[in-house]
Amino acid sequence: MPTIEPWQTAEIAGPKKASVIIKPEVADAMIQRAKRPVLIIGHLASEIDLDDRKMLDYLILLAQKGHIPIIATGHTNRDLLARGYKTAGIMPAVDIGQRLCDPDWKGVDGKEPYDLAIFAGLPYYMEWTILSGLKHFAPHIKTMTLDNTYQPHANWSFANISVKDWLENLKAIIENLEG
Amino acid sequence: MTGKGTNIKIKELQSDIGYIKGLELSIGKISGENWAEEAGPTPFPSITALRDWDKKLLSRYPPFYLPFCDLCCLCTYGKCDLTGTKRGACGINIAAQQSRMVLIAACIGAATHVSHAHELVTHAIRKFGSDLPLNPGGFSIEVEAPVIRLVCGIKPEKLGDLEVVLEYLESQLTHLLSAAHTGQEGDNIDFESKVLHAGMIDQVGMEVADIAQISAFGYPKADPDAPVVDLGMGTVDTQKPVILIIGHNVPPATSIVDYLSANRLSDQIEVTGICCTAIDITRYTPKAKIIGPMSWQLRYIRSGIPDVIVVDEQCIRTDALVEAGAIHAPFIATSEKNCLGLPDRTLDPADEIVADLVSGKNPGVLILDPDKVGEIAVRVARSVAPERRKGGVLLDAKEIIEIAKTCTQCKQCRRACPNDLHIPESLKAAGKGNIAMLGNMYEECVGCGRCEEACPQNIHVHTLIISAAGQTTKAEKFRCRTGRGAIQDVEIRKVGGPLVLGEIPGVVAFVGCANYPKGGKEVAEMCVEFAKRRYIVCTSGCAAMSVAMYKDEEGKTPYEQFPGSFDAGGIVNVGSCVSNAHIAGAAIKIASIFARRTLRGNYEEIADYVYNRVGAVGVAWGAMSQKAVSIASGFWRLGIPVVVGPHGTKYRRMLLGRADKREDWFVHDRRTGEQVYVGPVPEHLFFAAETKEEAMVMIAKLCMRPNDTSKGRAIKLTNYIDLHRRQFGTMPDDMYRYVRTMTDVPITMKGEITRHLKEHKWTENTIPDPTLLSRQVLKKER
Repeated sequence: MPTIEPWQTAEIAGPKKASVIIKPEVADAMIQRAKRPVLIIGHLASEIDLDDRKMLDYLILLAQKGHIPIIATGHTNRDLLARGYKTAGIMPAVDIGQRLCDPDWKGVDGKEPYDLAIFAGLPYYMEWTILSGLKHFAPHIKTMTLDNTYQPHANWSFANISVKDWLENLKAIIENLEG
Repeated sequence: MTGKGTNIKIKELQSDIGYIKGLELSIGKISGENWAEEAGPTPFPSITALRDWDKKLLSRYPPFYLPFCDLCCLCTYGKCDLTGTKRGACGINIAAQQSRMVLIAACIGAATHVSHAHELVTHAIRKFGSDLPLNPGGFSIEVEAPVIRLVCGIKPEKLGDLEVVLEYLESQLTHLLSAAHTGQEGDNIDFESKVLHAGMIDQVGMEVADIAQISAFGYPKADPDAPVVDLGMGTVDTQKPVILIIGHNVPPATSIVDYLSANRLSDQIEVTGICCTAIDITRYTPKAKIIGPMSWQLRYIRSGIPDVIVVDEQCIRTDALVEAGAIHAPFIATSEKNCLGLPDRTLDPADEIVADLVSGKNPGVLILDPDKVGEIAVRVARSVAPERRKGGVLLDAKEIIEIAKTCTQCKQCRRACPNDLHIPESLKAAGKGNIAMLGNMYEECVGCGRCEEACPQNIHVHTLIISAAGQTTKAEKFRCRTGRGAIQDVEIRKVGGPLVLGEIPGVVAFVGCANYPKGGKEVAEMCVEFAKRRYIVCTSGCAAMSVAMYKDEEGKTPYEQFPGSFDAGGIVNVGSCVSNAHIAGAAIKIASIFARRTLRGNYEEIADYVYNRVGAVGVAWGAMSQKAVSIASGFWRLGIPVVVGPHGTKYRRMLLGRADKREDWFVHDRRTGEQVYVGPVPEHLFFAAETKEEAMVMIAKLCMRPNDTSKGRAIKLTNYIDLHRRQFGTMPDDMYRYVRTMTDVPITMKGEITRHLKEHKWTENTIPDPTLLSRQVLKKER
């Protein structure tokens, strides 16, 4: 049974906590419902092993299948380029957090505001604080995390799940988008 | 003139005893009347005196809040849920509450430095008298206390002159802290203004502390060639009795050194230190040894090497007494602020205290007379050392493996670890006989010990990590340049022009604590990178020690590779935490010495000068404490951006500019009065980077200033673009914001940048004589 509590034990949030993605269809529904989702990828995505690939490989697949633009934080862009993904926006995570609080911000490409921010691969505590900022100051946007640790400040998050369950979920989310 | 005292002036007096003309008599704690500098508008500013300046900064860099807690639990109405738009029982909202918490943190930090300063001044006056001249740099320094001169509008010349400054600082801190009471300040931006005030107060407090100790203890005086000293656990001669001193407030440590010297024991006992006292005691004597930053406390104590542990104040583990007990090391607390429940033996005869510590009747004592500490610590160390087992609580490989087998893989240790280290996996491997993974975590472990608190099996995880890294700890033999203190006037004269014009691309100061996301090595790497790029690199505190802990291929540490001068390509260790004031002081002195601006009580104008002209950036990669907040706040008010590591997001808010909002980036041209777009320089005032790579790119970018000449801007752009390419793999997509005229474009990148400028429909701008202050405009816009 996955635990529905913050991954870092002491990072207790407040009364309003993330709903748990109990099955991949939940995440797919969020993505498909969104008019303008964005995938924000931190540097850990290229360090975390998932089977014989990296987490970043699955996130690229997700972005491609779901037609979701990527914003690379930290030095993630270097790893995206190494995989042939050349169209990511580059922006520090705290800048993205600040911009997303502005309902008029039209994204890194200047087209239109995002309505779903999907986070993955940031250090747990940094994602935690940025999602906290968005929970309080960006009511106009939904947030979701695809890490395998529970992020209480997101709208939607996995519970603390095993790598095996995580991989199965990610694959299913990508597959469903394909369908 | 502010301050206690009476000033009597008699222009002309005819009396029975004679004729008096031009008599001036000063009684009390004032000074500076013999000083011609014109007084500025804000000597000894109140908590609202610089509010307008603060608001200018905060409108460019509005807080982006990252609430660390959704609740307020500061009064009995609470806990109050402040989620989203909710207000608490007192009416406060989440934004104001976050800023309020930052203010409380900044007040704690500033109070700590001011209290530290007060103790140093009191101690030094008691020992050397209040007339001891302040002498932070001998003949090399004329502007002795630039921060005090700027903020307070006085020119302290002797120790006693600092008392009036301390009085001011303490009164300001009382006002600031009172603003955080329930039902006081309610506006988030006004809270932020008070945070900046606390930072400025802190900066003055730090300067008081450091010029007092430099003057009283004969530290290096603005010396680029300050001694290079030993650093690391491997440098300690464990055959000798070893004293460990932890903290920041150096008088007890100096008394140990004095006692050793007076009794000709200096070569027979090892004096070792952790945290800022370590740096400061090596400023007192280069024979002392620095063990490492604050995160070395558990690992060094548990090694069993120290025979006696002496603590003063700040950043000391509050369980240091318990840890000392585990290795049977007598413990001496020396600060009123850190009594640890110990019996006060200050007035007892030394023989009795020594006997009780050696016998174990008292595992620890409180001695509040620094001069007494020296004798007690040395005598106890000499008595207990021969009998103590130096192995501490460290384990051999066989013991590690047996203990690791008891791990149930519940993952509570990893969930407690600030850096999410793979502890369960490492324990699993160790249980199967491979302890290398455990040992490899040593580098990235911040030494907090939370893993042990979390373990339901009572496994001493941290002990296992440091035991597995046994060879690494023994190999810790480094060289660190000790704190040089202030920057010489002649150095400022030399670099002032190139810095203000941008030809030296910037000053990057690596300061602060050791809560690093991936170990201290990243600080050393960043430091070397910017020194190689001919920035002026400064270090202080724990960061200064971390920088010393890495060697190049030739076995040299950065302090051995680069000179200690305040010049392009120098690595300048100014000293301990309180020495940070000299980094601010250098920026201030550029305005005074290079630009001939009046400092005295003239904060706003000088901050405006620094903000628009001096490309300085502070980097606190492992910022952890409340002092780090107040130190950063002091730099923010002076217009100097600060970059922190990812843990820095826990400071509850960033101060971020919006590069995409053109309207935010106009300044007055002093010459014409016109409003001129200068681009987002510097883009942020407080920024948390996710990785070292991101930090380096941002540091280079944040060094740009509106005043850069084209040559200077081209140099700064070259560094920014080059780092961006190396770290992110592409050219930056915001170059058009930083190019003002085609002559700003680095010649080697002209083709690519020109194409980029065309894509972004770039148009040329003028380069103004920039200011945010309309009163600075020489000719008003019509």
